[in-house]
Amino acid sequence: MPALIREIRASYGFVERNFNLVKRYMGWEVVFLFYNVVNTLTIGLIGYATGDMELVLFLVIGALMWAFLGVLFHEVSESVAWERWEGTIEFTFMAPIRRITMLLGTCLYAVIYGVLRTIVVLLFVLLFFDLGFENANFLSAVVILVVSSLSFIGLGLMAAVLPLISPERGPQATHIIQALILLVSGVYYPISVLPVWLQPLSYISPATYTLRMMRSAMLEGASLNTMGWDLLGLTICGIALIPIGAWIFNLGELYAKKVGKLKRSG
Amino acid sequence: MIHKALQCRGVTKTFIVDGEEGGIIKRIRNRKNRFRAVDDISFTVEAGEIFGIIGPNGSGKSTLIRLISTLLLPNEGYISVFGNDVVKDSRKVRRLINRVTVEASFFKKLSALENLTYAARLYDVPIKEAREKIEYILGRLQFPTKKLKEPLENLSRGMQQKVAIARALFTRPTLLLLDEPTTGLDPRSKREVQAFVREAQSEFGATILFTTHDMEEAESICGRIAIIKDGRFVALDTAEGLKRLAGNGSGKELTMEDVFFILTGEEWEGKEDKGEGEVMENAGVN
Repeated sequence: MPALIREIRASYGFVERNFNLVKRYMGWEVVFLFYNVVNTLTIGLIGYATGDMELVLFLVIGALMWAFLGVLFHEVSESVAWERWEGTIEFTFMAPIRRITMLLGTCLYAVIYGVLRTIVVLLFVLLFFDLGFENANFLSAVVILVVSSLSFIGLGLMAAVLPLISPERGPQATHIIQALILLVSGVYYPISVLPVWLQPLSYISPATYTLRMMRSAMLEGASLNTMGWDLLGLTICGIALIPIGAWIFNLGELYAKKVGKLKRSG
Repeated sequence: MIHKALQCRGVTKTFIVDGEEGGIIKRIRNRKNRFRAVDDISFTVEAGEIFGIIGPNGSGKSTLIRLISTLLLPNEGYISVFGNDVVKDSRKVRRLINRVTVEASFFKKLSALENLTYAARLYDVPIKEAREKIEYILGRLQFPTKKLKEPLENLSRGMQQKVAIARALFTRPTLLLLDEPTTGLDPRSKREVQAFVREAQSEFGATILFTTHDMEEAESICGRIAIIKDGRFVALDTAEGLKRLAGNGSGKELTMEDVFFILTGEEWEGKEDKGEGEVMENAGVN
């Protein structure tokens, strides 16, 4: 038990440290948030131009969910690259904590930060558009948000290994993964408009199910009961991806220690 | 069973040299592209000892420290810290050690206090206790307390290094790895750090592994000193022992700088026509 408490405290250390960094890099935060808000509004306006408010909701939900999942993926996958950039990678990796503690701390921060940022963007969207969420089932939405976070944390952990093993090309490679998920998951359009050869990729993206369920919950007020297989599949996917991600990360760390990449300059 | 504070036996670390032509597989297969950063090093450090390693840039000092710090895996050999294998029991080892590097590794936008709070969380030191220890250590290092809340990037390198030393010491490491902690410091900061290293050993009872370029510093601080060149220990003894070895019975008054150049340079090999193995044997390495 004391060991568990010690690890929880250490995990909190990552959350606390990252929020301290947010405060210190407030200028960057304002810029990112501004871009995020304007991007979401612009995407909503594309629907607005057609006069179809349901399309506006479809697009705005896509943009908000992508903002959340994107932040989650980015914060987790870039955590190693960030430590390397700051020059603290060696200090953090030689701390007497389990690697999973470090990863869970980073993920916990990413979820809290992602939710807060998405709420701010949502507030701007509600102020800008006259959107009616009277049919929305918010309980379903919150559950979907939590369940989908698990999958994206798992994917983020897998991607985090890239900057670990390839300091120069790794961070760019994480953007490729993020871009592919954006392309195939139906963030701004139905999957059916994708070329047939690309559509199978959408079935293996957790974002596809997240978006489908979120739209059902927010536009049609769907309850969790009606989401059956999608929800179950996403839950299993999340539960499986986190240990797989942590395992891949450990392999990456072992490789980095063998070849000497676990240092600030790579 | 009483364990040695640090034991290294036949430790070798090889890297693949970047920038060679061909793909990764080709480069791995090509033995010529392998560079032995640490080459068959063996030594032991007793508990409470200050053990120095001096050597030129790229001689393998930092690689050796990183191997002990569990940040690298050795290709060959065995390293243990108080009986714990750095490869198999890496987390146990990480609980026993802390390290100060030549470049203070901090989140530069965060204040010293924020960085130290993060360290306290990782090393499971209660925040109140950590703060008391930090203020005590920084006070001894003449660090003004009011600077604790300033972003580290606004502090001088000397001040950053003092914070790094405080960070390493407040966790009460049993083995403290100081990798060129005084490089680039002004003379006054250097003296303060050196005084505190001695104090850390006597007051906290820490075993210290100290690497430096500064031969006089090594002589004044370290009980025994190893001279490293091209990844190998060329000699290992007390400062006096090394002087005797380098003097080779001539009775000449040598400085540590003379010793270093004699034992590592062409001059030594040319004059005495002795191989490294003989020098090692004479110096009592292992």
